[in-house]
Amino acid sequence: MSVIQVPEADAGQWRCATCDEELALRPVELEYLDSLFNVALPACPKCGMVLIPENLALGKMNQVEHLLEDK
Amino acid sequence: MDQSELRRLESRCVQEEAPRCTASCPLHVDVKGFCALMAQRRFDKAWSVLAKTLPLPGVLVRLCDGPCKGACVRKDAGGAVEIDALERACAALAKSVRPPKPLPSRHKSVAVVGGTLTGLCAAWEMARRGFDVTLYCEQAGSCLSAVPESTLPGGVLANEMEALRAMGADMKENVSLTPELLDSLLEEKDAVFIDSDDLPEDVRSFGQPDEITLGTERAGLFASRTGEPSAVFQAATGRRAANSIERFTQGVSMVSGRELEGPYETRLFTSLDKVEPLPPTPSDGVYAEVEARDEAKRCLQCECMECVKTCEYLRHYKYYPKVYARQIYNNESIVMGTRQANTMINSCMLCGLCETVCPEDFSMGDVCLEARRSMVERGKMPPSAHDFALRDMAFANGERCALARHAPGTDASEYVFFPGCQLTASDPDGVETAYGDLRERLGNVGLMLHCCGAPADWSGRVGLFEEAMAELKSVWESLGSPKIIAACPTCIKTLRVGLPDAEIVSHWSVLRALGVPVQATDGGGTLAISDPCAARHDRVLREDVRALLEQANVSLVEPELTGEYTECCGFGGLLSEANPELGRKVAERRAGAREEDFVTYCAMCRDMIARTGKRALHLYDLLYPKGDSPAARPSPGYSARRENRVRLRETLLRGLWQEDAGPNGDPFEAIEVAFSDQAAANMEDRRILKSDVQKVLLHVGRGGQRFVHGETGHFLSAFRPVVVTYWVEFEERDGGYYVHNTWSHRMHIKGERS
Ligand code: SF4
Ligand code: SF4
Ligand code: SF4
Ligand SMILES: [Zn+2]
Repeated sequence: MSVIQVPEADAGQWRCATCDEELALRPVELEYLDSLFNVALPACPKCGMVLIPENLALGKMNQVEHLLEDK
Repeated sequence: MDQSELRRLESRCVQEEAPRCTASCPLHVDVKGFCALMAQRRFDKAWSVLAKTLPLPGVLVRLCDGPCKGACVRKDAGGAVEIDALERACAALAKSVRPPKPLPSRHKSVAVVGGTLTGLCAAWEMARRGFDVTLYCEQAGSCLSAVPESTLPGGVLANEMEALRAMGADMKENVSLTPELLDSLLEEKDAVFIDSDDLPEDVRSFGQPDEITLGTERAGLFASRTGEPSAVFQAATGRRAANSIERFTQGVSMVSGRELEGPYETRLFTSLDKVEPLPPTPSDGVYAEVEARDEAKRCLQCECMECVKTCEYLRHYKYYPKVYARQIYNNESIVMGTRQANTMINSCMLCGLCETVCPEDFSMGDVCLEARRSMVERGKMPPSAHDFALRDMAFANGERCALARHAPGTDASEYVFFPGCQLTASDPDGVETAYGDLRERLGNVGLMLHCCGAPADWSGRVGLFEEAMAELKSVWESLGSPKIIAACPTCIKTLRVGLPDAEIVSHWSVLRALGVPVQATDGGGTLAISDPCAARHDRVLREDVRALLEQANVSLVEPELTGEYTECCGFGGLLSEANPELGRKVAERRAGAREEDFVTYCAMCRDMIARTGKRALHLYDLLYPKGDSPAARPSPGYSARRENRVRLRETLLRGLWQEDAGPNGDPFEAIEVAFSDQAAANMEDRRILKSDVQKVLLHVGRGGQRFVHGETGHFLSAFRPVVVTYWVEFEERDGGYYVHNTWSHRMHIKGERS
């Protein structure tokens, strides 16, 4: 399965406070209504915590949620 | 919805029926389309509309006496549109067009015998449909030679004869019409049509033709009846003959489904309500360009659209119920692929206005509710559509909010007060005062804090609604089944259906009987009343409220849509949850219906209108006043609504019943948090509750991971209590938290792929 790149997934100036690490794009698995997606998202290389920025949550991600719901 | 149900619905909506002019024109000219083009001075286009329908158009428009005008709806608003005069003007103003291109040959030969207008039109209609037509007559159109030049200018007839030939009709003139000719034609041809007005007596041996088919005793021989004076009816006979011959040569039924040939009654309803009377444009003979345009503008462009004119939701989706019914049917039939109509189905307010204004009682609300139920049943309801509202309903019925007690110090209730979950959320103080007033003046009044179950009903969850009703019923019975005093019109409506054994009176009729409470403010100047849509069919309720307002010295004005015709505030049917943007638009429309401050008797109506910035009062604001300027009281946000319910229950339990309010809630509630204005606004828009934010912050406090911003130093953390993940951007301040922003999503982060 290929990993989708989303331009909205910009870490901005966020860094992991827990591990004191810069975030880097990592392949992440997302799930909604029995559908799985592999998306490259900013995450902490150490603890793995994934960042979903506001514009991604309200933009692309929201669109995909609606598409899946309307199926 | 199955096919037959769809058909039944579709046939109910008359929007696609023909306008009255078209239905009464024997040839069914698209007068509406024609007038629209004439009004734009697009004369060539307008002419092509006529030429598409009329045989020998140049001749016919000059001879037609316009029987359509008798049916024109404009007749009762100044006078019928001068359709025939407009058509003649068009003939003079438009460039001449080439004759229509006939359909490919059917390889069927027909003879037309006789060349008055009837025969010529029959030949025209059949040539056009691809028959091989031969016309036999003395002299084509000779009967028109008596028509004065001023009516039928020279050359027009010749032109149309030319056109008829160009369409492939073979014209045999100077033929004497004899019984022998007829016999041989019947031998030779697939069918024969006789224009009886052009026939010597000795040939007419076939008796009177059938009225519908024009068929005679001889198979394959069709004939007109004699003596039709009207040109357009003669032409219609020619067309009827062509239709019959087409059926005859195809071997299909000669009689079925012919009701719409010739003039018929249409079901299209067109309201004259807002139409200013306007007399016909005067002319001296033939309309010139500008006059023709002005006269065409008088055409009302008849259509129904009564429901679409009054319902913002129906208007929003750009069509009308006939089309929507089909979309909903298609949506339901989809097995794979994307459903386009989900949001449409979930955006109806179920308010019943459409049904009230529709001449055929089409209820879009019923169609949408049925569709929702079926979506829920088949597991096709999008989880995000009503999730928030249903969680809110569960909360209102949960142990922190729900309550059922006899009045303090009593162990029986003659009445029980049922304020409803939205009124308690919006105005807990008003509810408390109202309850005190009822106890004081009525005696044994118990209290029930509970949701009536409307959200479950509106969202199409039949099972959930039944559960909620069963629970309500047992609570009510546990109080000894007292008479219910309900304050919310939706509760009244819902409970009357759900608790048929209960006697339900409105708080307003109780107050009307008791008189306004002592603390009521005197007057409110002039206020505009907004009836909630739940009161649409409850005349008594509406009258009680008006009487009460009169007792309170309010002078009332009514918006245009009021009483039985009131429009919904945008909350009904959970519109504002399923489609917040449209919900706001609907609320704004309602808010704009009057200049004056509004007064209403539904807490949701009050808050929806107030949220648009319009000043609005709930009746409680007048009867149980508190504080200044209640019309400017902001609508409490979602979090405050929940807290209001919780606090009301606690206050009442402690104050009235001297009881402990029970467990002190969850640990996250102890988290101290404040919000920036932006964060607070985003929370309302995004349906994020203070408690959701507190859960994230509790998670952080317990060592949850967090990000930090390089520039602002703000922290960012996320938590997923159930199915929604909440993100909170915050600072730590004075032992608590200050939140700058928050957002959410439903997609679940499963984590990094290994
Ligand atoms: S003027 Fe005659 S042809 Fe034209 S629409 Fe009216 S009835 Fe039909
Ligand atoms: S919102 Fe009301 S008026 Fe509009 S379609 Fe639905 S039930 Fe009918
Ligand atoms: S009111 Fe609406 S539903 Fe009723 S006939 Fe007219 S367009 Fe159709
Ligand atoms: Zn980390």
